[in-house]
Amino acid sequence: MSSTSTASVPGSGPAAIRCRIGARGVSRSFGPVRANVDVTLSVRPGTVHAVVGENGAGKSTLMRILYGLDQPDSGHVVIDDEEIALTSPRAAIARRIGLVQQELAIIPELSLLENLVLGEEPVRFGRIDWATALRRAEELSASVGVDIDWKAGAALTSIAIQQQVEILRLVYRGADVLILDEPTAVLAPAQAEELLRLLSSLRDAGRTVIFISHKLDEVVGVADHITVLRSGRTITEIARGEIDREGLAALIVGDSEVAERSVSRGDPGETVLVVEGVSAKDDRAVLRLDDVSFEVRSGEILGVAAVAGNGQEELAEVLIGIRGAASGDIRLDGASIGRASIRKRRLAGLGYVSADRKHEGLALGLSLADNSIATPALHGLARGGWLGPRRVAERVKEVLDRAAVRYGSSSDPASSLSGGNQQRVVLGRETIGNPRVLVASQPTRGVDVRGIGYIHELLRRARDEGAAIVLFSEELDELRELSDRIVVLHRGQVAGMLPGEASRSEIGALMLGNHSPEDDNPDADVPDDPTPGHPRSPRGGETV
Amino acid sequence: MIDAIIASALTLSVPLVLAALGGAIHRRAGVVNIGLEAHMLTGALFGAVVSGATGNWALGALAGLFAGAVTGGLMSLLITRLKGNEIIVGLGFNIVVFGVIGYVLRAGFGVSGTLQIEGLERLPRLDIPGVADVPVLGALISGKDPLFWLCIVLVPVLAWLLKNSRWGVRLRATGASETASSSLGLRTLDIRDGAGIIAGALAALGGVALSLGTVGLFNENMTAGRGYVALAAFYFGRSRPLPTALACVLFGFFDALQIRLQTVGGFSADIISTLPYIAVVVVLALTGIREYSRSARKLS
Ligand SMILES: Nc1ncnc2c1ncn2[C@@H]1O[C@H](COP(=O)(O)OP(=O)(O)OP(=O)(O)O)[C@@H](O)[C@H]1O
Ligand SMILES: [Mg+2]
Repeated sequence: MSSTSTASVPGSGPAAIRCRIGARGVSRSFGPVRANVDVTLSVRPGTVHAVVGENGAGKSTLMRILYGLDQPDSGHVVIDDEEIALTSPRAAIARRIGLVQQELAIIPELSLLENLVLGEEPVRFGRIDWATALRRAEELSASVGVDIDWKAGAALTSIAIQQQVEILRLVYRGADVLILDEPTAVLAPAQAEELLRLLSSLRDAGRTVIFISHKLDEVVGVADHITVLRSGRTITEIARGEIDREGLAALIVGDSEVAERSVSRGDPGETVLVVEGVSAKDDRAVLRLDDVSFEVRSGEILGVAAVAGNGQEELAEVLIGIRGAASGDIRLDGASIGRASIRKRRLAGLGYVSADRKHEGLALGLSLADNSIATPALHGLARGGWLGPRRVAERVKEVLDRAAVRYGSSSDPASSLSGGNQQRVVLGRETIGNPRVLVASQPTRGVDVRGIGYIHELLRRARDEGAAIVLFSEELDELRELSDRIVVLHRGQVAGMLPGEASRSEIGALMLGNHSPEDDNPDADVPDDPTPGHPRSPRGGETV
Repeated sequence: MIDAIIASALTLSVPLVLAALGGAIHRRAGVVNIGLEAHMLTGALFGAVVSGATGNWALGALAGLFAGAVTGGLMSLLITRLKGNEIIVGLGFNIVVFGVIGYVLRAGFGVSGTLQIEGLERLPRLDIPGVADVPVLGALISGKDPLFWLCIVLVPVLAWLLKNSRWGVRLRATGASETASSSLGLRTLDIRDGAGIIAGALAALGGVALSLGTVGLFNENMTAGRGYVALAAFYFGRSRPLPTALACVLFGFFDALQIRLQTVGGFSADIISTLPYIAVVVVLALTGIREYSRSARKLS
């Protein structure tokens, strides 16, 4: 069963550890769902090892087992070539293993420094020695070449910084094996690159890194070894350079087809959504959207491109009504909705796929069934105020099937779904029933290769059924494949409106605020993030 | 007149401050302690009985403290280990403790409601020579009992510990995010139990301040909802020691005012005695409005 056997080779000394961390025949089921089936993994010390697989393939489950957060039904965790039973994270920490989970574990109420030292605070005479803590923190960030304002409150810093702090926290606690569950999923491309550089420098310093990602380019580019999981089983292990992106995608999905990522344009009809001179401020009253106007037609996808922190988050929030506009108006089919409640907007036919599925997209503690019908469209299911169980069950099945969600039972809580499957539930719910306008923010974040194809298909279907779609994405290629037109935001203003066929460099130039791309470097590719922080970061808070 | 009200407001605040600080710590660990009333009542009874038996107020106070630590710890175990809902468990404790104490009074002491104890030693009052007669200042610091001074010490010490000790940082982390903290290897359940024990002990000392402070007897209704007022106080003070204590002093002031107005006459006594509770409702409403405008800032 263990093809990549980790048994020690005769003659090799105790110093030559072959498997720093791994799994041997690990199985784990949740009721009927077999999350891990006889999984084998072997990670050599001092390497970066990627684990890839579709949503629900069992990657997170395996990582939780390696960190002692969960125990296998059968099989063993292997540490330093030795089979052991990890019963708690404390035991894993003692073996110098650290995990950054798929959900960020930064505590927003504490400062970054407090977050860093939590659990291993330096003390002198019973008092936490903040000076020493700060010095060590600064040494740590300097040693890996990142710049962090340690005294800042965690709630006020960007996700990218929080992610870095989580990783440095493991190093601070002496972890020698760093397990990272989709560390780049929520990062913009430039931030992701920085994070990958951080991983490489940790590896070069002798540490062992395991990371999970659905972004196959970065997997192929950074990982020394790749283990592929499919339906809870180990399919194979590949060394660096043995495979390219397409080959890896084929291994991940197995026999099933990956929907060809293709370009298709809509057939726009009448104007549905009109955004007129909208301005908005962020939570700290900094102007983030400045006099933005555009129109979206029925049967059209309008892509929104911007470097992180240039107003796209606020635009999405203003469209659905989570954030109030400081000025300007929004009209849906001619009727003003700029001051309407979220509920009114939804009843008028506005759908919303939030970039923050855990908080805004789903009620994680409620069942899949409840989550599938939780929109004002619920009224369509009721007769005289009562929800008929049969009608509800039909609708739930329709929503979940539509997005090909992998789930056990519709009465399971949404939190039991794998990250990518949670995203699909939201997509299924929001695209059903012909929305007039769909605001989709980062709809394929954390979704696997095949899932991205599905979600693109869902968006196209909604478009062809006549929806006007506003698509926010950090992936320029995704925008170019799906959009009929792309509006580029820069410092909260419309920097330009481009056709969907626009080249990456044309879009990129506008994103950086260069109005005539020909004058500058026309080969400029994905722009780097010019703002060091993020809108929520106090340091990125320039007024626009 | 002013002096008398100041002095009495401070005295009346002491039980509230102790209970509210306990509740605030428990809250910072992530648990809303509805059972403060029960812990106070327990402390008041044990304080009175042991002080009576030994003739020593300090032993009485210690006994009250330990009894409260035990009820606080028990309550916390029900919440942390048996996953009881904190609201239900807290309310349950209030009801059960009230019932048990009523039964003990009747079956054990043969009295109903009020227990007068021979030889009970009340909390001593520490007069400060030279200051006692100074207007206002005298009322502020002279003639206070040891538990008053304990409050004065506890407020800054707790604030400092929350910020600068391992215990404090871990407590706050646990309260802010239990899952994140436990995945970092913190013993979050132990931390919560510790906070529950402290909450029980401090609230019980608040009870001791009631039974050994002003009156020197025990009555089963003597807490009169102060556990709930303490709840309002740490809610208002956002569980930070100083604002929490100040909220208690505010309620203590209305309590003192109310007593004063009773003696003036001209108003219905029943209505006047509701004054402190009305103050609580007003303060909570103001807190609510403040929170609302804070979150509403996002909407425009
Ligand atoms: N606590 C749980 N209760 C029930 N089912 C669970 C639980 N945890 C995981 N599962 C199921 O186990 C399967 C594997 O989940 P896991 O989170 O390991 O997937 P994943 O490979 O990390 O996917 P993704 O890429 O979407 O994050 C999924 O079908 C999921 O629904
Ligand atoms: Mg996962």
